[in-house]
This record gives sequence, C-alpha cells and structure tokens, in this order.
Amino acid sequence: MNAFMNQLPIGLSIGAVLLLIALGLTFTFGQMGVINMAHGEFIMAGAYTAYMLQDWAGRQAVLVALPVAFAVAGLMGLLLERTLIRRFYGRPLDTLLLTWGVSLVLQQVARDLFGAPNVQVKAPTWLVGGGEWLGIRMPYARMFIFVLAMLSVAAIWFYLSRTKQGRRMQAVMQNRELASCSGIATSRVDQRTFFIGSGLAGVAGVALTLIGPVGPALGTYYIVDAFLVVVAGGLGRLQGAVIAAFVLGLLNSYVEFWSDASLAKVVVFAVIIGFLQLRPQGLFVLRSRKLT
Amino acid sequence: MKTPGLLAQRTKGGKWRGVVAFAAVALLVLAVAPVTLSPFRLELLAKYLCFAIAALGIGLAWGKGGMLTLGQGVFFGLGGYAMAMHLKLAEAGPGELPDFMVWSGVEELPLLWEPFRQPWFALLMVVLLPGTIAALLGLLVFGRRVRGAYFAILTQALAAAFVIWLVGQQGLTGGTNGLTNFSSFFGLDLASAQDQRILYFIVAIVLGLLYLGFRQLVASRYGRLLIAVRDGEDRVRFLGYDPAVVKTVAFTMSAVSAGLAGALFVPVVGIISPALLGVVPSLELVFAVAVGGRYALAGAVLGAVLLNYAKTTFSENYADGWLYLQGALFIGVMAYAPKGVIGLAGQIRDFVALRTRGPARRIPAQQPPPVPPGPSADAPAEPVEPVGPVEKEAVA
Repeated sequence: MNAFMNQLPIGLSIGAVLLLIALGLTFTFGQMGVINMAHGEFIMAGAYTAYMLQDWAGRQAVLVALPVAFAVAGLMGLLLERTLIRRFYGRPLDTLLLTWGVSLVLQQVARDLFGAPNVQVKAPTWLVGGGEWLGIRMPYARMFIFVLAMLSVAAIWFYLSRTKQGRRMQAVMQNRELASCSGIATSRVDQRTFFIGSGLAGVAGVALTLIGPVGPALGTYYIVDAFLVVVAGGLGRLQGAVIAAFVLGLLNSYVEFWSDASLAKVVVFAVIIGFLQLRPQGLFVLRSRKLT
Repeated sequence: MKTPGLLAQRTKGGKWRGVVAFAAVALLVLAVAPVTLSPFRLELLAKYLCFAIAALGIGLAWGKGGMLTLGQGVFFGLGGYAMAMHLKLAEAGPGELPDFMVWSGVEELPLLWEPFRQPWFALLMVVLLPGTIAALLGLLVFGRRVRGAYFAILTQALAAAFVIWLVGQQGLTGGTNGLTNFSSFFGLDLASAQDQRILYFIVAIVLGLLYLGFRQLVASRYGRLLIAVRDGEDRVRFLGYDPAVVKTVAFTMSAVSAGLAGALFVPVVGIISPALLGVVPSLELVFAVAVGGRYALAGAVLGAVLLNYAKTTFSENYADGWLYLQGALFIGVMAYAPKGVIGLAGQIRDFVALRTRGPARRIPAQQPPPVPPGPSADAPAEPVEPVGPVEKEAVA
C-alpha cells in the first residue's frame, strides 16, 4: 500500500511537467493551428538557463531561473514565430515538419554549446529530501513542481478570463475572422500566445532539472506525451489540459509500477485510442460557430 | 474548366514522359548500377532502395491521401522483425535457441517465436502484421473522424511507444541491440558479393512493382476518391462515400509497403534494431518524401535515395555538420519548395514565366502561392495544401 501511495507524488509531478509543456502547445495549436515540434527545445533551453545561472546564483539557481527561463524560451518562441511559422499559418502539417527541422538545429546548437553529455543542476538545499504525510513519502522537489504547475495554471486562468489581452486571445481562438473584424490585432495576439506558451515550456525545463539531468535531447522525451495531452484534453482548453496531463502522468507512473516501464507507453497509447472512440475531439471541445 | 484541350494534352504528354522516365530509371537501376558500382556501393544502394519502398508508402498516404503518417518506422520494424526472427531461427537450427537469447539467459523459445520457424508464416507476417495493425488503427481513428494533425500525433506516439516496448523486451526482441548476425537468406549466402547482387535485384524489382502498383491504384477510381478525400473530406462524405474506409485502405497499403521494406532491409543491411524505427527515423522518411516531392510517387522514391545518399556521404566526413544541413534543408524545402525536387522544375518555369512575360500569363492553378495569405487566413482542421492542376479541376 505504501509503495502504491509513494508512486502518487511521482505521477503528480510528471503530470505537472506535462501540463506546463502542454499548455503552450494547446494554445498555439488551438489558436494558430501550429504544431510546434521545436517546443521540446524550449524546454531544453529553460533547463540550460538554470544550468548557466548556477555560476552566478549557486544553489538558488532554480528559483532565479524561473523568470529568466520564461523570458529566454519565450523570446525564442517569438523569434521562431516571427521568422518562420508566420509563413505557414493554415498548413498545420507543414508546421510540424518545419519545426522538426528547427528542433534538429537547436539540439545540435545545444550539443555544440554545452557538449553532448548530460549536466546536473544542483537543487536548492531546502528542496532536497522530503517529508512524510499520511505515511506517503513526499519529496520536496516533486511537491515544488506540482505547486509550480498549479500556480502557472492559476496565472493562465486569470490571464485568459480576467485581463483584456487574455480575452482577446480567447476571441481569436474561437473565431479569428470575427475577432479581426472587431478590431483585434490578431497577429499581435498570436505573438503574445507564442511568447507565453514557449515561456511556460522554459519553466517546465527548469522544473525538470529538479528531477533529472539535463541533456540536448531533453525535450524529445516529453514532447510526444505532451502532444497526447493536447489530443486527449481538447484543443485550446485549459481544463482539458489539466485533467489530461494529470491522468496521463499518473497512468504512466502507475503502469510502470505495476508492470514494467516498457509497457507503460503502449498502455497509455491504447487508452488514448480508446478514449478517442468516446470523445474524438478530446475531453472539452472549444465551442465555436466558426465555419470549418 | 477554361482549357480542357490543354489539360488533356498535358495529361497525355505527361503519361508518355512518365513511361520513358520509368524505363530509363529501370535501365539505370537494373543494368547500369550493378555493373558500374562496387559491391560495397551496390549494397548501400540496395539499402536506399529499401528506404524508398517505405517512402513510397508515405507518398501514397501523405501525398495522395493527406494523412501524415509519422509512424512508418513501426511498420518497417514489424516487417523487419518478422523476417529477422525467421532468419535467426533458421540459423539456430531445429530445437535450438537464437544466440542472443542464450546470452540473455532465456532457456525456452518464447511462444511468440515458435511459428516463425516456418518460412511461409514469416513471409505472411511481413505483410499481415503491419497491414492488420494499420487497418485496425485506421478504422478506429478515421472512423471517429480523428484526422489531420491529430492523426500525425497519434502515429508519432505509436512510434515512440513501440520503440520503448522493443527495448524493454530484452529476451524477446534483443532489446537495444536488436537482431543481427545473419548469414543466409533463403539459401542466399549474405557474405558473398554475388548473392548480395541477387538480393539487390530482388529489392529493385519489388520497388519497381510496388511503384507500378501504387501508380495504377492512384490512377484508378479509388485513387481519385483518395485525392478527393485529401482535398475535401466532408464533400466526399456528402457524396455518399465513407472517407474512413478510403483512408484506411491507403494507410494499410502504406504500412504494408513499409513492412516489405523492413523485411528486405534485414538481409541487405544485416540488422534490425529499435534505433532504426523510432520517432526520428520515421520523421526522416517523411522528410525524404517532402524533399523528393510529396505530390508524386516518384518524388518519394527520389527523395529517399537522394537523402540517404547525402546522409551517408556527409556523415562519413562531418557527422555534426549533417544535422545542421539536414535541419536547414528541411526548413528551406518546407518554406520555399513545398513540392520538393520534382516540383522544382515547374516552380522555376513559373518563376521565369512570371519574370519574363509578366503576371498576365500566369496560370493560377499551376502554381499555388508559396506563402499562404498569412495570419488572417483561418487555421482549418484540414491542411490547405497546394493541389495540382487536375485535382483543382475536379474540385471545381
């Protein structure tokens, strides 16, 4: 029973990381129809930001890195959107292949800058170890990641529903033409979405330094699962992404726990295919009167 | 429908050009290459042709059917492993275990392996395994109208899951190392240059036949339906067809071609391992098709051979540079030549015509604008892809 419960924080923290990654994907996909394979490299960029900041901030690097990584990854995303992706709106499959090319280049850049071997980021001392709660071992690092993801979700929710910019973003997502007709500068909204989405990937990268080493291929391990979260949760839906991310995270860690690790992904895949039989458009569907 | 005469003429001329080109390539591959290339280079070419067979399937599913399949490595692997299991067992002899199982401490032959002793069963599985899995997946996914990017993501997840599973099953599949060390293939001695040459011919002939078969399929009524589904799935549904069935057939054919490619790859290259089948190798195949030209089946073949040749040549000398080059090439092709090498000639012709004679002479259907109308164009669920002149007429 204890071993079973101890798996809980692991599943939750994996779900939290998936959530941070999937948030950016679901909004860029839902709003602009862009499938950004280079999103994984923004995670990597965030993780390396924390690594670089270690020289300066020492063990508190992770905390300092959170806003910096958000900005670094966000700017990378913005740059990508402005230079390349902008030309591909309306061709989702082509953006997938294009951004894969970008991700190849970025990975190689990381390999040249930081070397191919993995590097470690030292966690702050107060995040080392863990406590016990109701007999469950709770590693502080994993709890921190969970809280971080929850705070991010709250911030995104606030942005989307309580600020002018966020509401514009929702409008563009629901019906781009109508939003444009109403005087919303859709291309500026697109840029903002890309910046925020990519920035969250950077934050996810910093979070990942707490539970594992950092390497140039860091993003590739998470990008496929994050896309599955988007598919299962429904495009551009916050609630969907939250639920799907945690279900997938927990499912992954529990199947690994019960059988072997190699079966987990197969089971998750089968569950998703089965789930799509019931809800082909994901958990929550963005309702819109837009003509498709 | 302004110029039906012109259209007919173009198609007819194109047909003859196609026959001549096919004959020339067949001559080059079957007669010139085996004589002029060294055994080592010929083996490499056989490997490229194996990839070309798998790419041909992508050309059908993606180029003609609009289904971006990022899991071609899975089907390639199923065919490859089915063949490799048989070769391993044939090598070990009756009642014996393959060498890698002995090393990893397996004492009894797993039940899954037992039927692969029979050559007919292995050959059947090469086709049936990828075909069944693709058909099942296709019916489940397309039947619920999951399409476009969703489908691409699902196939990619399948590729990722498949590889992780393969690596985990050390005793069953050889794990990360995969299956290797084959000495004979249905009586052919794989170490002899002469027998490798025979193998090369087999690969080339399978590729040629598959190409002709797929061409015929695309030219048939079914092919027109497939292209129609690519360009307007809902319209096809309103006409009373079931797009799910149409798409599943093409997806299955594409998987079967990948299975065949994998089965031939095993004796040619002498290994099948998870590293050859994952997300990245699957994407590389799609990339090859994009470079060659996704709207023509010949483009898939051309792209696979060209790209793998470039990869071998470059990564022999500078491995790191290749990744930059590959990435840059990919970005360039997607941005400036979405029709690939095959479409480049037409693109240049149009560009020159535009420059020399002014925009009045430009035929809009021939050349889609390379840059779509920008962010103001809404992102539809279906890919808005440039269509050739024939398809355009059919839709209008």
